Amino acid sequence: MKKLVAVFIVLSLVGCQTFPPDALVAGPDQLQRRQLETRKYTGVKEADLLAASSNVLQDMGFNLEESETNLGLITAGKTREAASTGEIIGKVIIAAFTGIAIPWGVAQNIRVSLVIRPNPQAKAADEYLVRATFQRVVKQSNGSFLMETLKEPELYQKFFERLSKAVFIEGQTI
Amino acid sequence: MKSHALIAIAIATNLALAGCDSIPARVLDEGDQTQLQKRSYQSRVFDTADKQMTMRTVIATLQDLDFVIDKADLTLGTVSATKFNRYVLKMTVSVRPRGTKQMLVRANAQFGIRPVEDPKPYQDFFASLEKAMFLTAQAVE
Repeated sequence: MKKLVAVFIVLSLVGCQTFPPDALVAGPDQLQRRQLETRKYTGVKEADLLAASSNVLQDMGFNLEESETNLGLITAGKTREAASTGEIIGKVIIAAFTGIAIPWGVAQNIRVSLVIRPNPQAKAADEYLVRATFQRVVKQSNGSFLMETLKEPELYQKFFERLSKAVFIEGQTI
Repeated sequence: MKSHALIAIAIATNLALAGCDSIPARVLDEGDQTQLQKRSYQSRVFDTADKQMTMRTVIATLQDLDFVIDKADLTLGTVSATKFNRYVLKMTVSVRPRGTKQMLVRANAQFGIRPVEDPKPYQDFFASLEKAMFLTAQAVE
């Protein structure tokens, strides 16, 4: 009987993932994330910032997907290899010794959305906030997908360094 | 025992499949709620005539909530965004003028493969938007 109940429960749960109650609630790390992903540029036109951003993304090999210049938005994406050879060899060795197969990433689709907006707290009129968020969807060797928002500070620092060079203005942290 | 197991599996399969409605019902998302009910918890009105500012604030609010903006269109007044966090949450927010002094903001969300039909997440979203707008979100009468 216990087995039957188990089968019943498993089958009724298939496809049911409950909505996380805090999915649309501002989290405690909201401010930190905003600071990580945002830089402030003063003394530049919005259109120039947008053009420079799209140039920098092209330098990074991204293909433009969508844009709405009236709202300061650019989204771009690229597909790249996901795992290093070392990582694959490591996981194959683990599998050989333990019998547990750990999937590795085969290919990843990296996406970025970049939004420019006039700073609502600006003292000068030509002050803009640039916020970029990087995401990736990794196709694993077992056919599953791993989706995540990238949070490495180094990535954002380097991206904004390049953007600052492109507009000849140092982006200020907020 | 064997027949018992078969019956149990049949019942369980049936229960798992229940809720698989017809194709038109899926396309039209005909649930228990009326369109009016959905519209009322998915919409708020703001006292501003500035569509562009409203849309920019919607975008910033979505970014604050960890969404990545997929596309936006000022003319149509729509913004679509996706959030990856061990789950996939997609949202579309539309902004359109209501009379000459107000903007109507409407949101709908999809969690995994299901529509979000609980008013609470929408309340949470509008609570964040309200703060960013520095304006009160009014329910639609």
